[in-house]
Amino acid sequence: MIAIQQQDFDIAKLYHQLTDSQLNPNGYGAIVTFVGRVRDFNQQQQVAAMSLEHYPGMTEKSLAEIVLQAKSRWPISEPIIIHRVGELLPGDQIVYIGVASAHRKAAFEACEFLIDYLKIKAPLWKKEQTESGYQWVDARETDHGAASRWTKQ
Amino acid sequence: MLTIVFFAQTREILDQGSLSLDFSPALSNLETLRQQLAARGDKWDLALQRDKLLVAVNQEMSRWDTPIKDGDEVAFFPPVTGG
Repeated sequence: MIAIQQQDFDIAKLYHQLTDSQLNPNGYGAIVTFVGRVRDFNQQQQVAAMSLEHYPGMTEKSLAEIVLQAKSRWPISEPIIIHRVGELLPGDQIVYIGVASAHRKAAFEACEFLIDYLKIKAPLWKKEQTESGYQWVDARETDHGAASRWTKQ
Repeated sequence: MLTIVFFAQTREILDQGSLSLDFSPALSNLETLRQQLAARGDKWDLALQRDKLLVAVNQEMSRWDTPIKDGDEVAFFPPVTGG
């Protein structure tokens, strides 16, 4: 399941969705989830608020593509990916990735792969409100490093 | 007709989210299109500097030498920062 939405998400409900035996066989003994939250500082500046913009349609399409890649690589269930857009405050949840698999290694790796690729492939942009006004967040070289290690195997 | 869309800083600098453009065979690829738009004036030149710009055709990330055809949706935007 892939969702781009303004509203917050409830990780307890999402856990139940991941462990629903109709979607995921009970043989799936490992669940790994990742939650990303808004930090209250970035590059030495206090962040008062953040707004997230995306490219409707392409965001969902690019995430569907990385889900396909993850599923071809690890024996995992259909992952859940939720990304929030719009106005957010420090401490708010931004992104959720949930993966179920028979064993922990595949679940950990697939979850990490999904967030690493989301960060460089999905057309989403953050803008922060700081003391010096609104500014767009710069892309980080380290995010490309994190994603490229998955191609070096 | 081409649909051109802009996001994030690119959209803000141009003060415009989208535009329609008549297709012509002279627009052979994405780089030609970028150059033609950048020549519209100072803010266009600033917004469409290639070194900090990504491009997608029909919602697929694409290389600058990708050919374009009538009816395509082309998007210009800065490197992504989600997650």
